[in-house]
Amino acid sequence: MSLLEFLKQNWAELLVLTREHLVLVLVSTALAVSIGVPLGVLLTRRKSLQTPVLGIANILQTVPSLALFGLLIPLPLVGGIGAKTAVIALTVYSFLPVIRNTVTGILSVDAKTREAAVAMGMTDRQILRMIELPLAAPVILTGIRVAVVIAVGVATVAAAVGAGGLGTYIFRGLRQNDNNLLLAGALSSALLALFCDFALGQFEKSFDYKTRAANPRRKYVAAGALALVLAIFGLGFISNFESRIPSTIADQTIRVGSKDFTESVILAEILAQMLEKRGLAVERRFELGGNLAHDALVSNNLDVYPEYTGTAYTAILKHPPVTDTTRVYDETKREYAEKFDLLISPPLGFSNDFAILVRGAQARENGLRTISDAVPLARGWQAGFGQDFMSRADGYQGFAKAYGFDFARQPREMDLSLTYRALAAGQVDIIAGNSTDGLIAALDLFQLADDKKYFPPYQAVYIARRDRAEILREPFEKLNDAVSTDEMRRLNYAVDGEKLTPKQAAENWLKAKGL
Amino acid sequence: MSENPENAVEFRDVGFQIGAAKILDRLNLEIRRGEILVLLGESGCGKTTTLKLINRLIEPTSGEVLVDGRRTIEWDAIRLRRRTGYVLQEAGLFPHFTVAENVALVPRLENRDAAETNRKVLQLLEMVGLDAAKFANRMPHELSGGQRQRVGVARALAANPDLLLLDEPFGALDALTRVGLQKEFAGLVRELGKTAVFVTHDLHEAFILGTRICLMDKGTIAFLGTPPQFRKSELPLVKNYLETIAN
Repeated sequence: MSLLEFLKQNWAELLVLTREHLVLVLVSTALAVSIGVPLGVLLTRRKSLQTPVLGIANILQTVPSLALFGLLIPLPLVGGIGAKTAVIALTVYSFLPVIRNTVTGILSVDAKTREAAVAMGMTDRQILRMIELPLAAPVILTGIRVAVVIAVGVATVAAAVGAGGLGTYIFRGLRQNDNNLLLAGALSSALLALFCDFALGQFEKSFDYKTRAANPRRKYVAAGALALVLAIFGLGFISNFESRIPSTIADQTIRVGSKDFTESVILAEILAQMLEKRGLAVERRFELGGNLAHDALVSNNLDVYPEYTGTAYTAILKHPPVTDTTRVYDETKREYAEKFDLLISPPLGFSNDFAILVRGAQARENGLRTISDAVPLARGWQAGFGQDFMSRADGYQGFAKAYGFDFARQPREMDLSLTYRALAAGQVDIIAGNSTDGLIAALDLFQLADDKKYFPPYQAVYIARRDRAEILREPFEKLNDAVSTDEMRRLNYAVDGEKLTPKQAAENWLKAKGL
Repeated sequence: MSENPENAVEFRDVGFQIGAAKILDRLNLEIRRGEILVLLGESGCGKTTTLKLINRLIEPTSGEVLVDGRRTIEWDAIRLRRRTGYVLQEAGLFPHFTVAENVALVPRLENRDAAETNRKVLQLLEMVGLDAAKFANRMPHELSGGQRQRVGVARALAANPDLLLLDEPFGALDALTRVGLQKEFAGLVRELGKTAVFVTHDLHEAFILGTRICLMDKGTIAFLGTPPQFRKSELPLVKNYLETIAN
């Protein structure tokens, strides 16, 4: 499918995402300006505060965006998942240029001009309002312009905390190995940044007093550009806020979350649709990165999401890996109840284990079947692993030791969804994927058998808040042992390979199963 | 301490220091209503400091300054400044205001009637020798240095103050423009009956403008008197000055 065809089919969704994106940027910029400008003014009056305040703003801006989102989630009031957290994070990023340029703009007002204002008998407020702010306006607006462009960029990461926006396409595109999604998301946000930059630039020019008398028409052009920006922002604002930020989270509304990969989204979608068929209102908070879903569940920002026993056991409960399937399930269930007051559904039937993958052609050439077969060959290989695999207890360290891998080169740490592409393209030679991934067949990759039984079992389950037990009991029972590994692989491929939406894939599957 | 109602401004034992540095030392000076007093001296002699003490841009560290018989520190600083005209070197016009807006500033701050102010602004521009129709809506950067200085004077006169303070207003102008402006200004101030305190380091200017000349040196008054008295003075410092214009 070409990008044009893709846009033709998906323009409506792209518009919705663009609007969400704009709302995030508008609200955060408005906040940053309404706090940052007065703060900047204060700093010009109390000079001793300048260094500490600007220093803090400086440090805040160097925090990586995903880390900042992660830090905010467990906090009360400002935290949680969704648009609110994203807005706060974006505001934090926008502070520095706004505050700094306010200070610089005001302090760069000519001393003679200031002296004249004082000597004319203007009060401090009048000097600020009539002299300093108007003269500093171009510099302040430059700061706001920088802040907006930064916010448009950082807002793409907001998709990771379920805030929507164009990042949704970018993350989805990476995951599903889909260039159209990637391009649609990335190009749109780039265009948006350029447009905002241009429009605000026009507005900024109208404050240049040197052109004021010479070209009065410029003022209208600038006012028009600003009105256009506001109108677009306004459009997004009105139609979006009801849908994205629910006014009341009624007791009947079930907040279903998912992690940020296809399979998790499909499983969440299956459960969501079953609940909706029972007449319940569902709020979808999908595609949450890292352990955000778990944090959200604990902090009561989420009611239920799909998880794997092995992940819960090692990544959340921090136990060393164990290979006994029943033991992992039982212990996880018991400890979740004790530690977090969360309940775990009966297993869904399939396991999504770590799959050590090589290119199909390579496996056939060398007659590789098990991971042990690959060890002697692997010295000269370049490995590529997701951040997750590199860091977790049952990941790379233990794996390499258990099998005696001795890579000559340091494994490349990269985004999980990119490792599939890199492997198929020959840029890396061995990766750790997921056994149910539809891409394995689509890209002709080969899964080496875990002959030493190193990897713990990753049975798929749902994890839910205990106060939702009543509502969820029936769907949980129906889904017990309902999804085989083969079915899951096909579901994944329906989305990653055949480009169905997770919603359609889930719907088809539910229909076929008669659920 | 008797108060002389003929004095617009009175300095009594005024000292001003920044840290240990004495800028002014026990300064006594009376400025009479309707006179143009020229403060003459090298840079650093304290003449600008003396000027700024009058409209309370700074406050004396010892002694007192009286304006209309009242100590400046008892005046509301904002009120005092609005009833005192102030002209700075290179005019100090607000670059983002038109000429008319610059001149109208103080009446506007005082919430005077807008139509009345407008009329007054045009009248003032004509008075300082500018074609009001042509210049009212120009921006300061579109004017020449001399034109800007004329606007500066118009702005200082806008609130109809009795007292004008001028800090080397013509210092940055070329010689020809300067001489023209000095003469016009002297005529204007006398005609309007204003009291003016004029800071300069140029003896020519002092002779053209001054009713009296106050020569300052290292924070004290070295000489105070009329221009003819100045010419006759035997003080070495005054003689040095006179030599500069003899050449």
